[in-house]
Amino acid sequence: MAVVVLKDKCKGCTKCVKSCPFEAITMENKVASIGPNCTGCGQCVEVCPFHAIEKKDEGKANVDLSAYHNVWVFAEQREGKLMQVAVELLGEGKKLADAVGCKLCAVLCGSGVDPLVNELFEYGADMVYYADAPELKQYTTDAYTKVIRDAIAKYKPEIVLLGATHIGRDLGPCLAVRCQTGLTADCTKLEINPDTKKIMQTRPAFGGNLMATIICPNHMPQMSTVRPGVMEKAARVAGRKGEMIKLDVHFADGDIRTKVLEVVKTAKEVVSLTDADIIVAGGMGLGKAEGFDLLKKLADQMGGTLASSRAAVDAGWIDHAYQVGQTGTTVKPKIYFACGISGAIQHVAGMQKSGLIVAINTNENAPIFDIADVGIVGDVYKVIPAIMEELAKRPAK
Amino acid sequence: MADAYFTEQHELIRKLAREFAEKEFTKEILDKVEETGTFPEELLDKMAAAGFFGIKIPKELGGQGADARAYVLVMEEMARVSGVASIYVSTPNSLSGGPLLLAGNDEQKAKYLTPVVTGKKKLAFALTEPGAGSDASGMVTCAVKEGDHYVLNGRKCFITMAPLADYAVIFAKTDMKKGNKGISAFVVDMKAPGVSCGKPEDKMGVIGCATSDIILENVIVPESDRLGEEGEGFKIAMKTLNTGRLGVAAQSIGVAQGCLDEAVSYARERKQFGKRIGDFQSIGFMIAEMATKLEAAKQLTYKAAYLMDTRQDATLNASMAKYYSSEVCNEIAAKAVQIHGGYGFIKDYKIERMFRDCRVFTIYEGSSQVQEIVISRKLLKK
Amino acid sequence: MKILVCVKQVPDTNEVKIDPVKGTLIREGVPSILNPDDANALEAALRIKDQDPSTQVVALTMGPPQATYMLRECLAMGADDAYLLSDRAFGGADTCATSTTIAAGIKKVPDVDVIFAGRQAIDGDTAQVGPQVAQRLGLPVVTYVQDIQMGDGKVTVQRQMEDGYERLEVQTPCLLTCVKELNEPRYMSVGAIVDAYKKEITVWDHAAVDLDPKDCGLNASPTQVFRSFTPPQKGKGEMLTGSVSEMSKSLVDTLDAKHLI
Repeated sequence: MAVVVLKDKCKGCTKCVKSCPFEAITMENKVASIGPNCTGCGQCVEVCPFHAIEKKDEGKANVDLSAYHNVWVFAEQREGKLMQVAVELLGEGKKLADAVGCKLCAVLCGSGVDPLVNELFEYGADMVYYADAPELKQYTTDAYTKVIRDAIAKYKPEIVLLGATHIGRDLGPCLAVRCQTGLTADCTKLEINPDTKKIMQTRPAFGGNLMATIICPNHMPQMSTVRPGVMEKAARVAGRKGEMIKLDVHFADGDIRTKVLEVVKTAKEVVSLTDADIIVAGGMGLGKAEGFDLLKKLADQMGGTLASSRAAVDAGWIDHAYQVGQTGTTVKPKIYFACGISGAIQHVAGMQKSGLIVAINTNENAPIFDIADVGIVGDVYKVIPAIMEELAKRPAK
Repeated sequence: MADAYFTEQHELIRKLAREFAEKEFTKEILDKVEETGTFPEELLDKMAAAGFFGIKIPKELGGQGADARAYVLVMEEMARVSGVASIYVSTPNSLSGGPLLLAGNDEQKAKYLTPVVTGKKKLAFALTEPGAGSDASGMVTCAVKEGDHYVLNGRKCFITMAPLADYAVIFAKTDMKKGNKGISAFVVDMKAPGVSCGKPEDKMGVIGCATSDIILENVIVPESDRLGEEGEGFKIAMKTLNTGRLGVAAQSIGVAQGCLDEAVSYARERKQFGKRIGDFQSIGFMIAEMATKLEAAKQLTYKAAYLMDTRQDATLNASMAKYYSSEVCNEIAAKAVQIHGGYGFIKDYKIERMFRDCRVFTIYEGSSQVQEIVISRKLLKK
Repeated sequence: MKILVCVKQVPDTNEVKIDPVKGTLIREGVPSILNPDDANALEAALRIKDQDPSTQVVALTMGPPQATYMLRECLAMGADDAYLLSDRAFGGADTCATSTTIAAGIKKVPDVDVIFAGRQAIDGDTAQVGPQVAQRLGLPVVTYVQDIQMGDGKVTVQRQMEDGYERLEVQTPCLLTCVKELNEPRYMSVGAIVDAYKKEITVWDHAAVDLDPKDCGLNASPTQVFRSFTPPQKGKGEMLTGSVSEMSKSLVDTLDAKHLI
């Protein structure tokens, strides 16, 4: 869908020029001209007062896409354990499959991870495609890409979902190129268009400042990676069964060009932000790394978890694993304390679905207060101890 | 920044300087500099690596081969965040490097200028004396020739960086009878016998770059360390100060920009009587005046640099730029403090330091009054 | 050795604000910058060059003619050469089409031994173009690289994972996408900026890289933006007033009332 300017309608008001997030519009002879930076986002279409900008369908001849059926979910496992995001994908995949009217399938790669097959059935998979080989014990780009690409070519799914983990975001793009199709990264919402039965993938773009709904109309399969922590997990039904199909796995010499020498778990404490009910997050307003010690005390008192804005991570005050936001983790705890966090859009994108947002900031104009349920203008170093004192007075329930 | 005086190359240099200043001169570091009175050597090394010490100096002498506009941009961006950091930039580029660049022979340039512009050595510029401030001809430091060397005696005062310097360019009279024409310039090794520094001055602002007297007692200086001919000292000093003025003008617009930024952000955030203080006309108008005067000062400064780069006479413009920018900077700083109210009087706020830092701008490297003399004489002569 | 670094000029999305009334993007005053992860990739290449001065580092980007400004920045950091793929035909490309163009460009640069790229660009955050370029060139790829040790015919890298890292060995030529933990990018220097403006930047259009316009840009993009919108803002809640202890009490009362504690 190309964005085009209807030259006779354009009055040269330049509103579109200012609206374009990608600086793709320039004025040529007092008429707007769409340049190569255009991503087709359509922001300009909406702002044009003269309806002089349109999105035009190229009218591409549809290739035969009817051979493609079913929703596939990449059942990412590490060390024989299913990743949480895979369960979330099964939950979401089920909804999509129902809307399309097709089966939900999981594709599982590993070495001797047979118990996971039943687990996937219990989480709602109608079919499990299982590739079992020693080469698949550890994830490698080459091995996983080859196996899954071959499976896609053979069994032709119409939708493939992967978790937007460090593995999914590596595997997804490689598969998309090999299958000659499109991929939409880090989706936060998936829907099926009731008319076309095609998937509509919504994702944050432009640093979280824009949401874009992406379609993949003329290629199959339609692929998405989905942010962990966003979708509802599938319910587990004990004893539920399905059909397993073993995938043929053959590797020739030179097929796998990377070698895993070692897997190192860094000693840092396990941060499970996605599962936390209470999160106490700090930002630049803390003024120093030690500020997190105070937040930790509140988190401990409330049985919560520490988190951080990107700025505080960039300042080196806290590890990246604690980062909430567009480029960190998406969270939705019951209570989110934003302490000394200004509320940059990219942070807000990762926490705005929290149940109750409490913002503490000295700057009463901080944008965080615009999304907070409860706002306290004040010094974190005075307010937090006061809250802790107040909490200590209440009887434990 | 689509200024008529700049190219894309200049914009990139500004970007470098701005990113550097914003990232490196953190509040923590600047507070420490104020507290200890010393500027971290690691930071000076980083500034040297970024090429800030030899901006206009030709590449073959270890410099960066850029121009006066690039110098102005770097000074402005440094000063916007840290006044004292800009002193460290100005010294090798202008006051101390200037005499060597203007009058040094190849050997002297290689020996003294190259190490200075690459940040390996520090050089001070010593003209002022207790009895000779704006009037250099009143100096009493003397250099008496004895065979192949000179013997220097006297006392220089308010010498920026003297206690840290490896060398100093010392102006001394080789002929006491000839006034200005009896002054010659020498490079003196600060470790030479007979050279000592006074106690560092306890200054109001630009803390972190020590200033002191230099005392010369029978200091032997080889003839090879004389810059230019005997009697050329005054000319060298005045020419150096000419470019120096551009540097102070750039410092002034930098500090003024920093003050304006602080004032605007405070006027946006601070609420009184239920609204942002910036929405009160009295504050809003102050900001309008500050911004307008700053813009005028910038244009004067940029133009002076442009004239120098295009080899046009910039004496008048440099004086005007130095005079106007430094005066306006003080006005802007004072208003910015006023807008901050009581907080502006407290050291926790940046504006307090900026207000003190810029006070010296109307005084050093030719006071405002000296600039007025230069400007008026130039006009009345015709 | 020759290292090619893929870079992109991006709007500094951290500086973007939303007009609270109209709900539209405020694009004014947002600078275009060298994408942060790409700066880490370039720095990684330059550090290899610091060790072995015979190393050549070249930067390559796809973008509008103004992207030369960012390429000058790369040159001023220390890159030896810069290439710009610029053509109206490249416009509107999704990651898939972008990777085709970039791969075609890389094929035209002689004697490339290894390719570095940033993990992702902050205007899209997709992290797709790097691995896709590698697929199109038939090269092995490692993403999320946080440490690089060059060896003979192979590279040993650390690949960042959510809970640690993997140490991997990969044969060269290959493509690595770099994260910010890899290094701290250097500053340009004034003199290097002066030199950067004396250099030629090679600009290539679709014909120069042997691409048919139908294989580039919008025409070759499987994904399309159906619509875009500014995210709905959550409504403003209650601002507490009073002394610190009063506000704290009020907050804890609220939490209590909602059975959150």
